[in-house]
Amino acid sequence: MKFTKQLAASAFAILSVCALAGQATAQEKVLRWSSQAAIANLDPHGTTGALPLSILGNVYEPLVGRDKDMQLEPVLAESWEVVNPTTWRFKLRDGVTFHNGNSFNADDVIFSMQRVGNKYSFLRDRVSMIKEMNKIDDLTIEFVTNVPYPILPQMWTSIYMMDKEWSEENNATVPSNSVENIESYAGQQSNGTGPFRVVERVPETRTVFEPYAGYWGKVEHNLDRVVYLPITQDGTRVAALLSGEIDMMFPVPLQDIARLQDNADTEVLIQPELRTIMLGMDQRRDDALQTEPEGNPFKDKRVRQAIYQAIDIDGIQQKIMNGLSEPAATLISPLLFAPAGKMQRYPYDPDASRKLLAEAGYPDGFKTALVCPNNRYVNDERICQAVTSMLARVGIDVDLRTMNVSQYWKVVGRPVQEFAMYMMGWTPGGLDSYSVLFNLMGTWDEASGRGRINNGDFSNARIDEIIAAVESETDQAKRDALIEEAYQIVHDEVYYLPLHQQAVVWGVRKGVEVVQRPDDDFEFKTARITR
Amino acid sequence: MIRYVSGRLAQSLLVMFLVAAVAFSLFGFVGDPIRQMITEDASQAEIERLREVMGLNDPVTVQFWRYISGAVHGDFGVSYFHKRPVGALIAERLPATFELAGLSVLLSILIGIPLGVYTGLHRFGRGARALMALSLVGISIPTFLIGIMLIYLFSVILGWLPSFGRGETVTVLGGFWRTGFLTTSGLQSLILPSITLALFQTTMIMRLVRAEMLDVMRTDYIKFARARGLGTQAINFRHALKNTLMPVVTVIGLQLGNVIAFAIITESVFQWPGMGRLFLQAIQQVDIPVMSAYLIMIAFFFVVINLITDLAYYAIDPRLRSNALKGTAHA
Repeated sequence: MKFTKQLAASAFAILSVCALAGQATAQEKVLRWSSQAAIANLDPHGTTGALPLSILGNVYEPLVGRDKDMQLEPVLAESWEVVNPTTWRFKLRDGVTFHNGNSFNADDVIFSMQRVGNKYSFLRDRVSMIKEMNKIDDLTIEFVTNVPYPILPQMWTSIYMMDKEWSEENNATVPSNSVENIESYAGQQSNGTGPFRVVERVPETRTVFEPYAGYWGKVEHNLDRVVYLPITQDGTRVAALLSGEIDMMFPVPLQDIARLQDNADTEVLIQPELRTIMLGMDQRRDDALQTEPEGNPFKDKRVRQAIYQAIDIDGIQQKIMNGLSEPAATLISPLLFAPAGKMQRYPYDPDASRKLLAEAGYPDGFKTALVCPNNRYVNDERICQAVTSMLARVGIDVDLRTMNVSQYWKVVGRPVQEFAMYMMGWTPGGLDSYSVLFNLMGTWDEASGRGRINNGDFSNARIDEIIAAVESETDQAKRDALIEEAYQIVHDEVYYLPLHQQAVVWGVRKGVEVVQRPDDDFEFKTARITR
Repeated sequence: MIRYVSGRLAQSLLVMFLVAAVAFSLFGFVGDPIRQMITEDASQAEIERLREVMGLNDPVTVQFWRYISGAVHGDFGVSYFHKRPVGALIAERLPATFELAGLSVLLSILIGIPLGVYTGLHRFGRGARALMALSLVGISIPTFLIGIMLIYLFSVILGWLPSFGRGETVTVLGGFWRTGFLTTSGLQSLILPSITLALFQTTMIMRLVRAEMLDVMRTDYIKFARARGLGTQAINFRHALKNTLMPVVTVIGLQLGNVIAFAIITESVFQWPGMGRLFLQAIQQVDIPVMSAYLIMIAFFFVVINLITDLAYYAIDPRLRSNALKGTAHA
């Protein structure tokens, strides 16, 4: 008897909770969204992953950010100027408060920069150019760099500001670091200046955000809550969007785009991405690995161009990428460097390719190998398979070696570099054209790190001269002209075989408005629920 | 008895040590953990410094020794990716996997055994034949496909059940155990993954019980029991079924280990926040501490389950009990 009563009572309780929940969802505007990976920890300086950094960008803010067209925009800094080539002065925004109510000032900036520069921080390369920091007043700060550093603001767009007092109180002055067994308080709790704050977190399962009432900036959203639910499997993520359990998700796998478009309740947003996919070739060894006959055919510009012209990039775009790629003529997206838009690819022409090979002394082609990741870029393995068969048509017999990305880096990266040809994708650090020039095009120099991603190890004296000149050139127009010249050299000499920029594809339920960005950042403050 | 158990435990420790050693020597081929920890544009000097700090430049044997001596003290290191102690990571995910695995084993026993008895007794019946045909499907379709089909049917088309995750969970046992059994959405979320995981086991148990039943029903003592006029119920369940259980228990025991170890696929299809997904992620991220700890733990489960299975024989088979008693008496 007593049991039945209890049962009845609990049934009633459950029913009323359900009813309440039903009401609550009717009034509350909750945006549920999903992407591939969980946020491993909340420490803004304890991760280098693009996705966690972009999610944390709703909670923490940088001094300088990028707007949806990828132009620099002031965030916590109101303005900045170059006082002299090695000194930058930043004017901070007034009236900004952290989620705990503390106000934001120059001390917080100095503290945050020191925290990022901490020897345990994985982001410390981003601030290593700072020689000293001087607080002029509460809202003005000067950074002195070792050498002229024209792209300082670009390098800091994901360097987030933390509260000095809060971090010190909670013993969180050192970033989370797995190597040194440091588990920071800031990895589990958060206190930023951003438009949203973290209110609940179940690791691997969900992170719940609510708007911060004291946010300094203008917001366009009408949300009461945002719930992030990581779903790794592509199929499951698509199913969750179709069934309405989530309102938005990315990336949408290419084969599911049509299905989301055909569904009445969902739509697909597509934009070209910033990363450029390319092929590189060993241009250092006298006797290339995995290549027959003896010698290194890739040292001959005619051979490189022959390979270039043997690749049917439109075919790859249509057959493999479902039309969702932007063929590239150089190593950077035109969204990041406008002159890149003017450059033209060498036309696809197998006959010209065969002729070039014959001129170079390979009338019957040659044997070589191509290293490709198989879980890194969109359809990476299939693109390499297609390239392999296209090269076979002009007589180049390619042994395709695909591997998962962590193995791939070990093989392709310095100092191993065990490849004849390799595939790579690159989004420039700081989204700046100079980063491509310095890392991918310069001659390898261990001391400065120049050319460290130039895995094929080609060397061009003029490019190195340009790099040196650009480093201290603060005039934007001259700088761009120099960089453009270097890109042109790379094109003329065919040092790389650029392929395309892949697409950013988001899936959204009808009645949800979001602003898609080419860098895959999802800004909660621009999202609206209108259903 | 005690001597038997402790002997088995000593063996188990050796097995676990060997598993750890083999696993550790394989990790050299998985890839470079540093590349997963830093940005692509990090400098060579930074990479070298990290390798040095993490001890990755030491010979594998030295690294292994360091790991094992930590593990003996219960310290499995810190995950490279999650940047938290591995012990804590596993403890957080253990409940999710155990609830899923436990429920699916329970389901497979509760459904598999009765169906096995039924198909064994009515081997030419229409129902039994249909069940046998269906069980072929269950045994031959891969788990992930079943999972995806269930999601599309029950979540996308019908909209009855959630397609991913554990739903609302509450913590019990002093905050250590996070359970999905106490909330409506938690229970709803359990249905599809546990069916997915249970399907293979169910069909296997059913086929096994059926085969055993067919054997047993032909034996003399069943005929004598019939001749004595015992009731059908008593013959089928008290005498026949009980004698089929030995192999069934062995298989269920081994399968429990498999269910925990191979929940990986089901967990990844349903975004179930359990240990399998932790392991899968660890492989992608070259998270060596997590991979080692997981493999050692799975080895431990198998060893313990085998031990329990052996002990269960004693409970089921009186002959073993008396032999064991004699054995200990002699020793």
